[in-house]
Amino acid sequence: MTVNGIAQILIFFLIILATTKPLGIFMARLFEGKRTFLHPILRPLEVLTYKVIGVREETEQRWTQYTAALLAFSVFSFLFVYLLQRLQGVLPLNPQGFNRTSVTPDLAFNTAVSFVTNTNWQAYSGESTLSYLVQMAGLAVQNFASAAAGIAVAIAVVRGFARQQMDSLGNFWVDVTRATVYILLPVSTVVALFLCWQGVIQNFNHYTTLTTVEGVKQIIAQGPVASQEAIKMLGTNGGGFFNANSAHPFENPNPLTNFLQIILIFLIPAALTYTFGVMVGDRRQGWTVFSACAVMFLAGAFFCYWAEAQGNPTLAKLGIETHATALQPGGNMEGKETRFGIAASALFATVTTDASCGAVNGMHDSFTPLAGLVPLFNIETGEVIFGGVGAGLYGILLYAILAVFIAGLMVGRTPEYVGKKVEQKEVKMAMLALIATAFSILVLAAITSVIHFAEPTKDAKGQPVAQSYWNPPGPATANFANNGPHGFSENLYAYSSATGNNGSAFAGISVNTPWYNFTLGLAMLLGRFLFLIPLLAAAGSLALKKKIPQTAGTLPTHGPLFVGLLVGTVILVGALTFFPALALGPIVEHFLMQSGKLFALLPFPLWS
Amino acid sequence: MLNQLAPALRLTILMTIVTGLIYPGVVTGLCQVFFPHQANGSLITVNDKLVGSDLIGQNFHKPEYFHPRPSAAGNDGYDATASSGSNLGPTSQKLFDRVKASADEYRKENPDFHGPIPADALTASASGLDPEISLANATAQADRVAQARGKDATEVQHLVDSLASRRDLGLLGEARVNVLKLNLALDREMAKK
Repeated sequence: MTVNGIAQILIFFLIILATTKPLGIFMARLFEGKRTFLHPILRPLEVLTYKVIGVREETEQRWTQYTAALLAFSVFSFLFVYLLQRLQGVLPLNPQGFNRTSVTPDLAFNTAVSFVTNTNWQAYSGESTLSYLVQMAGLAVQNFASAAAGIAVAIAVVRGFARQQMDSLGNFWVDVTRATVYILLPVSTVVALFLCWQGVIQNFNHYTTLTTVEGVKQIIAQGPVASQEAIKMLGTNGGGFFNANSAHPFENPNPLTNFLQIILIFLIPAALTYTFGVMVGDRRQGWTVFSACAVMFLAGAFFCYWAEAQGNPTLAKLGIETHATALQPGGNMEGKETRFGIAASALFATVTTDASCGAVNGMHDSFTPLAGLVPLFNIETGEVIFGGVGAGLYGILLYAILAVFIAGLMVGRTPEYVGKKVEQKEVKMAMLALIATAFSILVLAAITSVIHFAEPTKDAKGQPVAQSYWNPPGPATANFANNGPHGFSENLYAYSSATGNNGSAFAGISVNTPWYNFTLGLAMLLGRFLFLIPLLAAAGSLALKKKIPQTAGTLPTHGPLFVGLLVGTVILVGALTFFPALALGPIVEHFLMQSGKLFALLPFPLWS
Repeated sequence: MLNQLAPALRLTILMTIVTGLIYPGVVTGLCQVFFPHQANGSLITVNDKLVGSDLIGQNFHKPEYFHPRPSAAGNDGYDATASSGSNLGPTSQKLFDRVKASADEYRKENPDFHGPIPADALTASASGLDPEISLANATAQADRVAQARGKDATEVQHLVDSLASRRDLGLLGEARVNVLKLNLALDREMAKK
């Protein structure tokens, strides 16, 4: 670890601290229907949207209607993205002539679900699969839509706490429109121009063919990248235009763009904690949530940085420099870019998984085991450390409900959170969300660990009568790029990332087969909707309740004590649920690495 | 549910038009007007011929050029249509073998260099297209490049230093040097005798 690396992490945090209040106030005003400084310019676009979609701005929706609107929007979004991919061969803006053979139905399903659920898991490689039209009119649109939907749901959940004796949570269409028109679009436009100035490409050209200095042919992929890059980070989507994502020099050309991209991930989620405080009428509540997130973020970032800076002891024996010097980064540089080095890569990995972003500027698969544990644990606890846009806030509020419930059990009083009694229904809904996601991660990863695909049946001449559809014959574990515990980590990470709607990967695993495309698609759907619908249900029930005055017996939900309780709940739930699985993956791998154990790639068995 | 279908369909179409066509279209127009060089890939032309991009690494094997990092993009490395890292984990035998082979080759190519090999020289980058190497890596190769060109090592080192990028704003990222720019400068200023 270097002074410079530590300074990068701390300065990043200070910038987020500084943006939280102004943006938080802006969003509170926006979603409470007040005018903001952007209204003179953007209000006409907002009004036009309501006219076109046929929605009255002042109409309110009950939680069931709000959920129905969200689901309907997701269904059409899914159909659009699916069809665009399958029809890309006959549609314009496709200079490389990609067609539907590169996007099989299972892959198109996986990708459509992935972008609609704000996951942006990518079983394809952008530059060799998708036309410019699919990227910008299919995927980038979902970067806006799924992010706006996430913000809308978070605001609706906050209204559940803020309102009393009301049966409505706002209007989904109005919230989505406002999030898009006043936040996502303007910020993305400015950021896209800045990124292009710094070197991110933005064109509709054919791929460039050239002859290198040593006389070899090189083809350079092109495309409208800057416009997609901006919303990819701001909306915590994380789906890269190129396979290498934010490690690709055309997506993230220098340390400055890298720093900006990390800031964009946390920008909205951090500010939403303040918005929460404003809307429930007690700003200390917002800062308390912020502080709990900050503690967990800083712990994760420094731990990850420390582990990566140690490097790989096995490779050190080969004479590789593992200590940082002024002229080279040292540490574990496998899967990292020279311009980012260790600190900026570890910071990126922590932030992208604290939030449900999933963009990467280094390959998590090549991280040292303990450094890889940080993103994995971040995802498995539900990405609530500031979290995804919207999803982070409603996630941490779920933990807050649990925290007051646990505290209430200890002192024998009905738990309360920001003036609302937390009763059976809310706790049931919170538990449903937690159990559904844990089930999706652990059960699907367990099945994939043991499932074995049969050889196709053969006719009398020994010719196969049918292709094996789901996966190549043999164990599903044969798709891993690494053997031993690291292979298990790839598997666990995949289902965690899909369920958590993160989208980053231990990317060695070959996931573009129907088995992985369908099961990971299922995980994404479970993780998005079985998390969000229970939360909306709880919010609907909370909004009906009266606010009760604080008494001497009320557990204060602000201040250091509650920060500790909230952090403790997150860690405890995560540890109790996932520790056994983590012990089989990164934890045991750490000790094996220390003892110099190596694993050759054998297709089977997993454990050599 | 049913009465939400119409707004859902209409908003999907509207967002496709506004955020999927107008937004990228306007951004493309502005970028092409104000930053045409960057927007089209920061391409480098020498004697009217395209030789590469500032931002995309390419392979160099000859001794008179600085060599880039190992690359996992495509079969031969630096395939700019197939960006990728190796995705090999820390306990991978394959990674160990590859690093060992790279280390042996690095020692053989740079016999005058004796210290620990800079971390970036033996590890594959995340994108497989990393255009840069660390300054320590460049310095370690400077003797070989100078010898192959019949020049003095300090001259080559001076060129490295003049092209080196420091940390952005004195804080962000790492010090480094762009391999393609460096090699083009070598050809320009220290042509092989």
